[in-house]
Amino acid sequence: MKNWAPIEWTIGLRFLTEGIMQTVFILTGIAMGVGVIVFMSAMLSGLQANFIKRVLTSQAHIQIIPPDEVARPLRSSSGLIEGAIVQRPSQRILSIDQWQTIRSAMKARPDVITVSPTATGSALAIRGDAARSITLTGMEPELYFQIVRVPDYIVAGAAKLESDDILIGTELAKDLGAAVGDKLNLSTASGATQVLTITGVFDLGNKGANERSTFVALRTAQSLLGLIGGITTLDITVTDIYAAETIAQDISATLPVQADSWIKTNAQFFTAVRAQQSSNTLIRSFVGLSVAFGIAAVLIVSVIQRSKDIGILRAMGTRRGQILGVFLIQGGVLGFIGAIIGSSLGAGALFLWHGAARQADGTELFPLMLEPSLFVVAAAVATLTGVAAGMAPALRAARLDPVEAIRG
Amino acid sequence: MADVLKLEQIRKFYNAGTPVETEVLHGIDLKLAAGEFVALMGPSGSGKSTLLNIIGLLDRPTSGTVSINGQNTAGMSDSEMTALRGHTIGFVFQYHYLISAFTAAENVMMPMMVDHGRRTDAMQDVAYGLLADVELTRWRDNRATNMSGGQQQRVAIARALAMNPSLVLADEPTGNLDSVSADGVFDLMRRINTEHSTTFLIVTHNLDLAMRCDRILDVIDGRISGQEAAEAENIPGSRAVAEPLSPA
Repeated sequence: MKNWAPIEWTIGLRFLTEGIMQTVFILTGIAMGVGVIVFMSAMLSGLQANFIKRVLTSQAHIQIIPPDEVARPLRSSSGLIEGAIVQRPSQRILSIDQWQTIRSAMKARPDVITVSPTATGSALAIRGDAARSITLTGMEPELYFQIVRVPDYIVAGAAKLESDDILIGTELAKDLGAAVGDKLNLSTASGATQVLTITGVFDLGNKGANERSTFVALRTAQSLLGLIGGITTLDITVTDIYAAETIAQDISATLPVQADSWIKTNAQFFTAVRAQQSSNTLIRSFVGLSVAFGIAAVLIVSVIQRSKDIGILRAMGTRRGQILGVFLIQGGVLGFIGAIIGSSLGAGALFLWHGAARQADGTELFPLMLEPSLFVVAAAVATLTGVAAGMAPALRAARLDPVEAIRG
Repeated sequence: MADVLKLEQIRKFYNAGTPVETEVLHGIDLKLAAGEFVALMGPSGSGKSTLLNIIGLLDRPTSGTVSINGQNTAGMSDSEMTALRGHTIGFVFQYHYLISAFTAAENVMMPMMVDHGRRTDAMQDVAYGLLADVELTRWRDNRATNMSGGQQQRVAIARALAMNPSLVLADEPTGNLDSVSADGVFDLMRRINTEHSTTFLIVTHNLDLAMRCDRILDVIDGRISGQEAAEAENIPGSRAVAEPLSPA
C-alpha cells in the first residue's frame, strides 16, 4: 500500500508543478538571491579570515607591559601639595615586576593558549659606515614563534637563534648590504655592544617592519638592554580572538600591569572588519528580503489565479487550516529548492572566482572556506523565509469566502 | 420520510444596518424529503443563488434556521459547518470547476482526501467505481482540462457523490452544455437519484428539464411560490408543478 503525503502537500506540490513556468521563474529568482548570499558570505568570511590571520600571525593577541611610570607630587603633612605642576616622567625601559608570577597566572587561565616573555628595546645596527636604528626583540623562539610565525616569513637562511644570532628584515639587509652569515655590530643607548651573526632574513610584508624589526634570543636582548633577568613584555595568544579586549581588561584590573589587546592596538583595522561585517549583513538582508517579496508576490498571484479552486475545495469541506497549509508548503518548498540550487550556484561561482582572483604576489586572494554549515543554514533560512513569505498569501487564501471565490 | 433539509423562516439581508440594506430572502420555509428530485427556478436576482448558498452552508441566513438531517446549524461554528458540509452535501456547479491540476479520478477523490487528511488506496477504488457509474472509466486518468464540458460535468457529479451525501445541490449544472450533453447529465442525476435515493436540488433555467423533476420551486423576489401546492404532493416521483406568478 502506497503511503501518500498529507493532502496539503499533495495539493501544494501539484499547484507548483502545474504552473511550471511560474515556478521555474521564481525558483530562478530565489536561486540567484541565495547564490549571491552564499557567494558573498563564503568569500567575505574567507577574506576576513585571511586578513585576521595576517594581522594575528605577526603580533600577539594581548601584550602585557609594565604600567606607565607616573610622578606623584609631594604632600606636606598638612595635606597641601607642594609644587602643583607635575611633569610627566620619561618612560625608562623597565622590567615587568614579578613577571614569572604573572606568567604563571596567565598560563593558568583557560582562555590563554601561549605566553611568551620578550625583552624589547631600541638599538643601532652598524655595519661598516652604515648604521640603522632598529627595534630589538629578544624572545624564546619555541614560544614566540607560536605567536608570530617568523619562520613562515623567512626568505633567506633559517629561523635559528643562538645567543650570538640575529634575524633581520629584507629592507635592513638591503640598507646594510648584509646577507645571511654576515656579522652585525649592535649597540644600545646604555653603551652595551655585541657582534651578532645574521642567521636569517625575513619579509613581514611591510616595508617599515622589514626595516626596523630584528629578533634575537631573550638573553642576548636582556644583556644588551641592561635588563638582566627582566622582560618588557609578555605576549599572549587567546582561544577567542574577539574576546581579547575583555580578557585584557580583566588582566589590567586584577594585576599591576597594563594589558593591551590587538583590538585596541589595531582599532582601525578592527573597525574595518566590523564595517565589512555589517555591510555584508546589510546586503544579505536586503537580498533575502527581495527573495521573500518575490515568493510572496508569486504566491499572491497564484492565490488569485486559483481562487475558484480554493472556493471549490472549501465547498467540499476543506478547512481553512488546510488551505493555509497548502500555500505555506508552497512557500517553504520554493525556498528550500531555491536554496539548494542557489547554494550550488554560489559555490560554483566561488570556485571560479577563487581560481581567477589572485593577489599581486600570485597567492590566493582568499582561502576557499565552504563550510557545510553555510549550506544547511542557507537552506533552513530560505525555507523559513519561504514559509514566512507564504503567510500573507496563505492567509488571504484561507480567508476566501467560498461563495465569492466560486462566483469569481 | 425524514426531512433531509428543513428551512424555517429564512431571511437574508445584505448590507444590514446601512442605508442600502436589501432584504433578499423574505422568510422562506422549505422542506426536502430524502430521495426527492427538486428543481429550483426563478429569474436572475430573485435570490435563488443566495438560497442555494444558505442551503449549502456556504452562507448563513440573517435569521431563521437551517437543519440538515435534523441537525440545526444555527449555533454551529465555521469549522463545524465546514465539516457538516463536507459530509452531507455535494455540489455541482455550472462551470464544472474541476481542479485542473488533478486527473478526473483525483478530482473525485478530493472530498475524501480532504476529509481524511491524505489519500488512501481505498479512495481510488471508490473514485473508479463512481467514474464507472458516470460512464467515464476510459477517461478516469485524464487531466480535467483534456475532457469535454459534458465529461467534466459528469466528473463533477461523481465528485459530488464521493462522500455519499444526503443532499446534492446543483447550480445550473446543464447551463453551460449543449442540449444533448445537458440531457445526458440530467438523466445521469435522475438515475443516481433513483438508484441511491440521493436528494437533489437543481437550479435551472430550462423549463423542459424542470418539468422532469418531482416538483418545481419558483423563487421570485425572495419568496418561494407554489410551495404549499408542492408540499401537498411531495411524494418522490410525482410531478407537482407550481404555477409561476404573473410578472404583474
